[in-house]
Amino acid sequence: MAESQANPVQPSDAFLRRRRRKGLLMQGLLFAAASISVLVTVGIVYVLVRESITFFQEVSIIDFLTGTRWTPLFASKHFGIWPLLSATITVSAVALAVAIPGGTLAAIYLSEFAPNRLREVIKPVLELLEGIPTVVYGYFALLFVTPLLQLVFPDLGGFNLLSPGLVMGIMILPYVTSVSEDAMRAVPDGLREGAYALGFNRFQTAVRVVMPGALSGITAAYILGMSRAIGETMVVAIAAGQRANFTFNPMEGAAAIPAYIVQVSLGDVEHGTTAYQTIFAAGLTLFVITLTFNVIGFLLRRRFREIY
Amino acid sequence: MTHTTLALNPTDDRHLSGLIQRSQRADLIFMGISVMVLTVAILMLLSLILAMAVQGASVVDGQFLTSFPSRKPEEAGILSAWVGSVAVMIVTAVLALPLGVGAGIYLEEYAPQNRITDLIEINVTNLAGVPSIIYGLLALGLFLFTFGMGQWIAVAGLVLALLILPVVIVSTREALRSIPGSVREGAHALGADKWQTVSLYLLPAARPGILTGLIVGLSRAIGETAPVITIGALTYIAFLPPSPVKTTPPFVSFEWLTSPFTVLPIQMFNWISRPQSEFHELAAGAGIVLLGLTLLMNSLAIYIRYRLRKKPTAK
Repeated sequence: MAESQANPVQPSDAFLRRRRRKGLLMQGLLFAAASISVLVTVGIVYVLVRESITFFQEVSIIDFLTGTRWTPLFASKHFGIWPLLSATITVSAVALAVAIPGGTLAAIYLSEFAPNRLREVIKPVLELLEGIPTVVYGYFALLFVTPLLQLVFPDLGGFNLLSPGLVMGIMILPYVTSVSEDAMRAVPDGLREGAYALGFNRFQTAVRVVMPGALSGITAAYILGMSRAIGETMVVAIAAGQRANFTFNPMEGAAAIPAYIVQVSLGDVEHGTTAYQTIFAAGLTLFVITLTFNVIGFLLRRRFREIY
Repeated sequence: MTHTTLALNPTDDRHLSGLIQRSQRADLIFMGISVMVLTVAILMLLSLILAMAVQGASVVDGQFLTSFPSRKPEEAGILSAWVGSVAVMIVTAVLALPLGVGAGIYLEEYAPQNRITDLIEINVTNLAGVPSIIYGLLALGLFLFTFGMGQWIAVAGLVLALLILPVVIVSTREALRSIPGSVREGAHALGADKWQTVSLYLLPAARPGILTGLIVGLSRAIGETAPVITIGALTYIAFLPPSPVKTTPPFVSFEWLTSPFTVLPIQMFNWISRPQSEFHELAAGAGIVLLGLTLLMNSLAIYIRYRLRKKPTAK
């Protein structure tokens, strides 16, 4: 550089000024990049609330939250969210019934029993499984799992909540496993050694010492898994059907909230129509539910990190 | 409780060895059960994937990759779908890389300890948990109906870039955090200012970690269906977006950014929804291609991370 040739020790004022200006500019740009993520949240809330406000000017919010009939696309319109909610709840419950016991067992095994070598192999495999596209899981649910289940339950319809629930359980199992395993591994070894010294075997140590120690982390894994199941779209859109149906019976087909949004989007959504506004009201409901779970999960995980 | 009996009979050897045996047996039983559960879960998934591969194997050939979708199953292919996926991924990568890396650098190297930083951090964590369909509603309500954009490749690329932003931010931060503080101190001692330290020393060292994050993010984006459906990506597209290269000056064209499109997962979804089993075979074929792509990208990312862990010291 010309400046340093003139005086190798002291860079010129002009160079320093240019460098300071560039540094400030870059800092500004980097801050702007970080702020974009906040803008995304603001954008999401703005869009959902703006459209929902128009919707709730026509439909009473009490009818929306307590109604058990959802027929916005029919001639006689009813706007009760419960049929969509009941499907979402049922399918998530089935998914959790698979993912919680399976994920917990797998996490205990990986963290407390598995030899290091095996863990080194299984962790990347779990990561790979997390990357399978959800539309592929939907295909499994509709074309393989449902026909298989129909062999066991002949009355089961082509669209039902059981099959997408089971498939979704397998889908979120790797996630529940790896978050719970992280939590258990974070429990200090001193606690395990203390338990062994008292004569506990590995299983007793895992269940009576490590799991209570990692409780908030494990709970966070369940809650975050639940939030994923609730927001998951393609599996239910493909395999659970598109008929709004107020039921908690997993043998019946019913449209969940995300499935309804997909169904309406597949038709031509005219801006300003009631159909257009219902997907935003349904979306806001979904957003509030998953946000609540995510915040609880976030706080639990943070508390867990503070302990150790 | 077994502990009390143990304390009462400290010299009873037979009792003690029985206790130890029982306790070891309990361990073995538990290990057996959990290995079984893990194996069953993985086998079930593998057999589902295998079943799809068997169903779709016969349709995946050169013709399948070079044909447009068609009402006649024997002539149908995924040309427009994979070209659309590639085009959308290019937009996503170009947007997510600078935004995600920039935000990661800011949060890790620049951000002061204050409320605004807290807000951004909590926000990034929560965005990672927002269902993808909600991003679709954001695109529909904001980009399409407020900003007047259309059902374009650019809009899909943008919304998927926002979706994977948390992944890129988090991996950038982790990569930067793993660089020893002495690198920063050394750079400062040589007279480098903050930006020079970041651009000349930290970013090159963090490159593999950032690359891993970007690939994982893109592999998630390429499989995403819901946010692209809500913006109304057409499912029947029998043409390709305009070429980015022109024979007349200025030789490059960005017309393709505003072209209508379809992507692999949407094409697959479309074929699944048809009742005829010929289309289900096509869906399985598209599934094989899609799954192959995502597994390939994820393995690449895991491989880079593995290589990274072998050489922990930054250059």
